[in-house]
Amino acid sequence: MSTAPVEVERPDVADEDVVAPDVPWIVIVWNDPVNLMTYVTWVFQKLFGYPRVQATKLMLDVHHKGRAVVANGPRERCESDVARLHAYGLWATMQQDR
Amino acid sequence: MTADDRLFAPSGDGGVVLGLTSGIRDMLTSLCDQLETLLTTGDRSSDPALERLSPAAHPDDPLRELEFEQLAGDDLAAGRLADLRELRATAGADVLDEEQVLAWLRTLNNLRLVLGTRLDVTEESGVEDFAGDETSSSAFELYGALTMIQGELLLAIDPEAVEPEDSDRPPDRG
Repeated sequence: MSTAPVEVERPDVADEDVVAPDVPWIVIVWNDPVNLMTYVTWVFQKLFGYPRVQATKLMLDVHHKGRAVVANGPRERCESDVARLHAYGLWATMQQDR
Repeated sequence: MTADDRLFAPSGDGGVVLGLTSGIRDMLTSLCDQLETLLTTGDRSSDPALERLSPAAHPDDPLRELEFEQLAGDDLAAGRLADLRELRATAGADVLDEEQVLAWLRTLNNLRLVLGTRLDVTEESGVEDFAGDETSSSAFELYGALTMIQGELLLAIDPEAVEPEDSDRPPDRG
């Protein structure tokens, strides 16, 4: 079976956007050896308004599992969250939650 | 440590009263000078410490990463410089207000990230790991001092900022 040229030429990225424009994004914080546990917990409370128990659990996930999802939503809001985390020195990335 | 010789004590309105020695104040001023030079003249593409201060938001997507840098990069860089200049300007102060405390915390953390990246520290790093080299040994000593200062400052504005007791035990083994 031959593939129509128009489909061959369509870039994968555009294809993903067409198929899943509304897939929400997630913000991930990764473990690093420098940031203090107490500081990371405090930053989660300060930036996201999480209660201490939840912030502590997220911090421990980062510490033990190497990463934790700390926020999710539309791309623009997640980019804003990543920038705020970077401003406080946390190692944050974002990706679509497929 | 008694209440009277704490490095930072809560001022009651979100700020802190400083009990730092002149030696610590001078050290912080000097480190801010060095951080300013690094931030204004360094090259992120060839310096892992600068890379660590501005990690990629989209590590697997260069196009979106470029957009993110255009969106947020300048504000982040300007904020870091403003923070370190605030710390330096208030290094000799008796009290810090809430905003100044935040600038101090972020700058102390940035200094630790730069030193920690330079030294390639791990969570288990100790003095003995850097004993063979005088420069590294001094840098690790500074790193340790900054860790202590940052922890004390955080504790002054957030008395509950203590490590959970079981933090070294993975939850799945609990």
